[in-house]
Parts: sequence; C-alpha cells; structure tokens
Amino acid sequence: MSDEKKPNRRDFIFTATAAVGAVGAGAAAWPLIDQMNPDASVKALASTEVDVSSLQPGQSVTVLWRGKPVFIKRRTENEINEARNVNISDLKHPEKDEDRAKNPEWLVMLGVCTHLGCVPLGDKGEYGGWFCPCHGSHYDTSGRIRKGPAPTNLEVPKYEFVNSNTIKIG
Amino acid sequence: MSDHNYTPSSKFGKWFNDRLPLLTLANHLTDYPTPKNLNYWWTFGGILTFCLITQIITGLVLAMHYIAHADLAFSSVEHIMRDVNYGWLIRYIHANGASMFFLAVYIHIFRSLFYGSYKAPREIIWILGIMIYLLMMAAAFMGYVLPWGQMSFWGATVITNLFSAIPLVGESITTWLWGGYSVDNPTLTRFFTLHYLIPFLILGLVVLHIWALHVPGNNNPVGIDIQKPSKDTVPFHPYIVIKDLFALLLFMIVFAFFVFYSPNILGHADNYIEANPLVTPAHIVPEWYLLPFYAILRSIPDKLLGVVAMLSAIFILAALPWLDTSKVRSAVFRPLYKQFYWILVIDVLILGYVGAMPAEGLYLLIARVATAYYFLHFLLILPILGKIEKTTPLPLSITSPVLGGSADLAMAKNTDVRKEKL
Repeated sequence: MSDEKKPNRRDFIFTATAAVGAVGAGAAAWPLIDQMNPDASVKALASTEVDVSSLQPGQSVTVLWRGKPVFIKRRTENEINEARNVNISDLKHPEKDEDRAKNPEWLVMLGVCTHLGCVPLGDKGEYGGWFCPCHGSHYDTSGRIRKGPAPTNLEVPKYEFVNSNTIKIG
Repeated sequence: MSDHNYTPSSKFGKWFNDRLPLLTLANHLTDYPTPKNLNYWWTFGGILTFCLITQIITGLVLAMHYIAHADLAFSSVEHIMRDVNYGWLIRYIHANGASMFFLAVYIHIFRSLFYGSYKAPREIIWILGIMIYLLMMAAAFMGYVLPWGQMSFWGATVITNLFSAIPLVGESITTWLWGGYSVDNPTLTRFFTLHYLIPFLILGLVVLHIWALHVPGNNNPVGIDIQKPSKDTVPFHPYIVIKDLFALLLFMIVFAFFVFYSPNILGHADNYIEANPLVTPAHIVPEWYLLPFYAILRSIPDKLLGVVAMLSAIFILAALPWLDTSKVRSAVFRPLYKQFYWILVIDVLILGYVGAMPAEGLYLLIARVATAYYFLHFLLILPILGKIEKTTPLPLSITSPVLGGSADLAMAKNTDVRKEKL
C-alpha cells in the first residue's frame, strides 16, 4: 500500500477550496439569473375585475390579465349541451365541463393556445369552439383540445363572481 | 509553415513585431497557401464576413435611434424610416442583410456538404460553423422581435413557448425568459441586449473558424489532401482576394436589388401593424430562412416531440463528420452520394415551401414525408453509403488532371488517360 494514494493535507485543501469557490460562484451567479424572473411590478398586476353585465348569451369578451388574453364567454344552451354531452373518454385531456365551468353559462379561460401560445379564434374550428390559426388546434365549446398539436385544454384561471355582474380574475 | 520565419524588412517593423507579432500574422494571411482549383462556391466565406460586418455597422447605427420599450419601439422604427437621415436605407440594408447573410450561409453549408469539407481533419471547423449558424438564428429571431409589430410579437410568443414543452421545468423557464407571464416589455429589453451581444460572439467564433481552417488549410473541389505550399497552391493574396472580391461584387448586386427594388418582399405585411397581445395574425410564418425547421416542428402532432425533432434537425448536423462514413470527400468521385445530395437539397427546399403553407391536408402529409426523409438521409443513408458505394478513382494531385490534357475535373476520373499523358 503506497502512501501517495491516501488523500493528504494538500488534497483536502484543494477539494475544500474548490467546493467553497463553487458555492461562491453559484451565489454570485444567482442574482444575475434571478433578475430575469418577473419583477415586483409585474407580479403586482396579478388580478383584474371585469363587468360582464352587457354580455348576451352567445357573446364573449376578451380581457387582458397578466398580459395574456382571457376569454369570458356567456354560452348558449346548445353550446352547454354540446360541451356536457361529450364522452369523456374520447378526450385527449379528459376534463368534465362541470369542472371547467362551475356556472354552466359562464366559461372563463385563458385565451392562450396550450401548444405555442397563440390566441385561438372564437366560433371556429370543427368542434364549434375555438381554433388556433398558428398550428391548427381545435377546441370545443368547453375549451377542451379535440384535434391538433396542443397537449392540454385551454387553462381555466382562478376566478370568482364578486357579484352577479362582476368577475374577478386572479 | 513557411511564415514562421518571417522577418519584417524595416527596423521599426522588426522592433514592433518582436513585441507583438502582428506583422507575422499579416504575412501568414497574405501568403497563406490556397488550393489553386477553388471554384466560386469557395467565395462565400469572404461574402459571409462582409455580411457580418455590414450587420454590425448598420446595427450599431440603428441602435442609436431605436428605443427598446414596448410603447415606443414600433414608433421609433417608423421614426427611423421617415425622419432619420438615410434611416430607411440603413434599416433596409440591415433587414435584407439578415436574409442575404442566411442565403450566403446556406450556400456555404451546402458547398461543404457537396465537397465533404466537414470530414477529417476539418471537424472542428465544421462544428464551429454550426455554432455560428445557431447564433445567427438566435440573433435573427431576436432582431425580428425588436420592431414590435404583430409578427415580432407572435413570433416571439411561439418561439419562447417552445421551451414550455420541456417536462416539469418548462413553464418556469418560459416565465424566466419572458420576465413576466407573457411576452412584454421585459422580454423586449432583454432581446435587444442579446441581439446586440450575439454578433460579437459570432465574430469571436469566426476568428476561431478561420484559425481552425488555417491549420489543415482549405478543402478543394477534388477533395484530396495536398502539400502546401506546393505547385498545387497559390498565395491567398492576390489570387484568392481578387476572386473573392469579384464574387462579392456580384453578391452585392443581388443585395442591392432587394434593398432598392423590393425591400419588403422577404418580410411580412403584418409586421407593419403594432403588436397586439389580444389578436394573433391569421398566418404566423417565420422568416424564410427558418421555414424548413418550422415545417419539421409542425409536421409532428405532439408538442414535445415536435420541438425535439426541430432541434435534432439542427444538431444532427454537428454529428455529420461521424455519420458520413465515406473516406472520399468530394461528391465528384461519389456517384451515389452525388444523387442523394441533390435529393437532400430538394427535400430541404420542399420543407421550406410547406413551412410557409398552412399545416393541413396535403401540405401536412408532404411535410411529414420530407421530415422523415431528412432524418433518413443523415441517420441511415449516409452511414450505409460510405460502406457500400464504389467511388471513382481520385487523382494523385490537383495538378495531374490538368496536366493530363484537360482542365475538366471529369478527366480526373479517367485514370488511364492520366497515366498515358504523364
């Protein structure tokens, strides 16, 4: 057994120095990386209130929330029935319409295609819901993905009815 | 190399060169022995250097007038177009210059593919080139975002969303890239910063690219190793310099045609509409030079796999020196490879065409077939071809087919004729 293979004092000092150096470099790099994350002013704009009293059944309004469009759709009877009578097992991303729209008349969701972030067009596509012009994703009247490259349904943000006429998103 | 023994003639030159051997470098660059059979496909290195410098100079000037802010960017670009002295000219040169840059780089890359310039001992030159190409795409993409038109905004949205396909951390990475919950002012300011930085990174890589080139020296149309310097070479200056300049002049005519006669033909009308986060244009199409990759992305009906396929299509090029198993470089002596080469060229052109078309019906089918063939070419055809192809005989030197009675390279194939004449 040779003595050279045993770690000696110098090896210990090298390893310890490198370890402390790596931690220091990481600590110095973190502020430079984290500065790119959303800043305080961006985070502060996290909720928005919308007056929906003027919407008739079949109409929808698009509002901006956190820089993203939010679709608020007052659905017709037909659209609700269509959304609720779908066989859940046929869906790419199975979600019940009842879970997506607590109040069946009102559908609130992000107008951001879950494929690559385009804004889908309303009342278009093969399922009577939304159609994304960028890469051809079709969504149904519940905003669920039915055909095309998008992996998931249109996202339902956190929202609540402040009163019967006002929706608070965020 | 011969230039290592260089001594400046003047006393001051010698004094200076002993302290900083810039004159030795200059001497190396002028005397650099170059194969004498280089054709015009070899002039695109010089043309690309010109493109890079043009982009840096015009970009520097544009940055003096441009304002990187979501509320002001669009109008500051119009200000450049209408108010700044010669602003229209400088911006059109910069915008079309990007297209010219890619035109030249594609010719440069396909020249490499035809003549096997990526093969040993030039793998590092090739990989540095692929890195430059990647940085060019990044710079072009971010530059296209800066005018803050509809295509800028939605192009940025689509491309940054590619990162959201990464499992688990995708969403956080996308938010980090944006500096918010969507493409907005923080995204614009960081893109401007990076767009300014990348050309200088490219410049650094270009220096390494040329340095790596000067170690083995240029490949050539016959693709054989040559002695340098020898009767097979000529000094870079004046022979190659003049040839490069003449080719550059022809290239500049094409460049000037776009700048002066159809400055917007390569752009999209939608980008003259200010960015609107509520409305996506009916047709989102990237710039022409990214279309083949865009077609690959869209041909796969799965988000993550689509992104993986698109990135693989680029990175597979870096592995090319090892995927191509043939020892013969030039396609001139590879009768089968030559045909597959042209099929690949057509395949990439088809991908570019369907990338500009809507992703549905027949176009989608064509895109899928062309995507499959693209990967087939690199992963299956090239490795097998190198093993089974019967290549035609290589000449012993660049000079021998010429002295053999004809300057035609085809003569090099005929060994009997060469032996007779020699």
